[in-house]
Amino acid sequence: MQADLLQAGLYALVLLAVAVPLGAYIARVITGEIAFLAPMERAILGASGASGPQRWGAYAASLLIFNAVGFALLFAILFLQNRLPLNPQGFDGLTWHLAFNTAVSFVTNTNWQSYGGETTLSHFSQMVGLTTQNFLSAASGIAVAAAVARGFAARQATTIGNFWQDLVRIVLYVLLPLSVLFALVLLALGMPQTLSASVEATTLEGAKQTLALGPIASQVAIKMLGTNGGGFFNVNGAHPFENPNAFTNFLQMSAILAIPAALVLSYGRLVGDRRQGYALFAAMAILIVTAFVALYAAERSGNPLHTGFADPSAGNMEGKEVRFGILGSALWAVATTAASNGSVNAMHDSLTPLGGLVAMLNIQLGEIVYGGVGVGLTGMLLFVILTVFLAGLMVGRTPEYLGKKIEAREIKLAALTLLIMPVGILVLAALAIATGNAQSSVQDAGPHGLSELIYAYTSATGNNGSAFAGFNANTPWHNTFLGLAMILGRFGYILPILAIAGSLAAKTPAAATAGTFPTHGPVFVVLLIVTILIVGALTFLPVLALGPIAEHVSMLRGTSF
Amino acid sequence: MVHLRPALLLTLFFTLLTGLIYPLAMTGIGQMLMPAQANGSLITRGGVIAGSSLIGQNFASERYFHGRPSATSTTDPADVTKTIDAPYNAASSTGSNLGPSSKALLDSVEARAKALGPGAQPADLVTVSASGLDPHISPVGALAQVGRVARARNLTEAQLRALVERQVEGRDLGILGENRVNVLALNLALDALRP
Repeated sequence: MQADLLQAGLYALVLLAVAVPLGAYIARVITGEIAFLAPMERAILGASGASGPQRWGAYAASLLIFNAVGFALLFAILFLQNRLPLNPQGFDGLTWHLAFNTAVSFVTNTNWQSYGGETTLSHFSQMVGLTTQNFLSAASGIAVAAAVARGFAARQATTIGNFWQDLVRIVLYVLLPLSVLFALVLLALGMPQTLSASVEATTLEGAKQTLALGPIASQVAIKMLGTNGGGFFNVNGAHPFENPNAFTNFLQMSAILAIPAALVLSYGRLVGDRRQGYALFAAMAILIVTAFVALYAAERSGNPLHTGFADPSAGNMEGKEVRFGILGSALWAVATTAASNGSVNAMHDSLTPLGGLVAMLNIQLGEIVYGGVGVGLTGMLLFVILTVFLAGLMVGRTPEYLGKKIEAREIKLAALTLLIMPVGILVLAALAIATGNAQSSVQDAGPHGLSELIYAYTSATGNNGSAFAGFNANTPWHNTFLGLAMILGRFGYILPILAIAGSLAAKTPAAATAGTFPTHGPVFVVLLIVTILIVGALTFLPVLALGPIAEHVSMLRGTSF
Repeated sequence: MVHLRPALLLTLFFTLLTGLIYPLAMTGIGQMLMPAQANGSLITRGGVIAGSSLIGQNFASERYFHGRPSATSTTDPADVTKTIDAPYNAASSTGSNLGPSSKALLDSVEARAKALGPGAQPADLVTVSASGLDPHISPVGALAQVGRVARARNLTEAQLRALVERQVEGRDLGILGENRVNVLALNLALDALRP
């Protein structure tokens, strides 16, 4: 218990120590102050024909078309994998629906694994296909944050930056250098990096054991830094080659939240008032610490049904690895669902009912508790707009944010995004139940079966990518609808927030007066959290009652299914 | 068109840079400077690859310490549409993914516990690991097996308890993770003690 507290405290300290300087650095990358690769940048942008500052619509169009091209290329690589090089295992091409699902998944930074990793994908697909999109989907998300911060900070401007320039700068100055560094550290700590597919061992008992290998470290580095989460192996970060020891576990957990947390601080710098960043950071910190305490307590308390068979003092060890223990698994589960990373080092399907509930709810809030790189911050800004609107209603003043009037257009766009999670989760899950596709894919009976289904559509819409993996998602129906949920959950947020950035850029900030509602103090932080919980979380209470809460209650009564 | 040209060219550029140059450079550096890690931390015994220090392997004999239950499977050689249990299949990782209120899970936990003895057993020995390849068990889980292995090998329990205690790995950096025993390392030491 004491050792657990020490590890959790160390984690918080390391995150802060990384986020502060990294936030400052990323802000300077976004403004263009960091420019040691300027000639290379100019050459790339010049050759590609990218031109100057864009209005929000053009910025969005560039992003959409870039992501569409990325989708087409990745779909082709996966579908035609059997005809491409670096396929030592001789894997077949993926089915159309699995290729569709996986391509959408990596382009939208979801990285849901309908595929099995070592049993499905060639090295070419993993490297050229998935690793590339790990970089590009993350860079797309950070670019959105950059454009939004610019728009919010600008005065009477028509443009919010150039997408291509943001993209190139983010990859060259942030993602690639960090990934190279991180990959080498992971390699030194035991993570394999080879082009051979496997090695044969003869076990002590004389049996043959095939150890699947591959270029793992290079993919895992960006998978963790870019809130991607799609694993090299089926079991993702639980696999000893993908996460060899408690030290790599700690570093990978830190990498999950490093850039999302740093970007919140970058935002404060970019809008010229660091307190704005601190306030958002504080709200996110309060939510994530609460989630951690709840999930950790649930896993530590173990499974009451197993009393008399399993020593309860060890906690719930089903689906967990000994080297990480309860703390290392609980902390990861919270970080990966709060940020939209979606990697796992323990099987979420086997979490206790309340532990699973916390993981699900983290995603259902809209992936804003640090959230995915870039889009976590911009998702939080949508809630900020709703909060200042509600605060304005209470006192009867026109709401303002950063001195700019928030008017009908901005409120409508922000309110529209409130529909995304309910549609992606509740409507699509209901459709799957009504057509019988849910029933044929769930593994567990009883309330847990519903939890498996809801988790799948929650994860897809939230662009998270973790799973209650007993659920068989690799069917034409679920591959297709989960793919659609990912598209909705990605671009359904990106387009409105870019539109809001465009309209705020054109406004002139007014000087603060005695009547201005400050958006950096504790009152605002509390209001923001309350808004998130009431507007975001309450929608899902009924379905959570039917799934994890019902399971918890029946488990306490000694019922199994 | 104004968007399509940069989209195509930058996709091409970044595919080369991040999809080929980056992973191949990492592979080159890894193979040159850290070949042991880059190739899977393999252990050889008598010139034969005996496994990886990171990956658990299946131990069923009474003469060895056993690892955690594993849910991995493989294709049934008799019928390719079916799968059969194959613990510690390192070519196809998986957990049980059974939910906490699952009857199937409860039955397995009960059966594993009863096979080990009366009363509550170390949790790691009656539950399936996340990967199906967990190389470790808890020190308690290793000590619980001392009696059985001692009988099978004609060693004293005191000798084996000392062996287990030497094999306990502490927390990384003294803080991170849990105390644990690598089952393959323990069994290799056991074979060295009395083949």
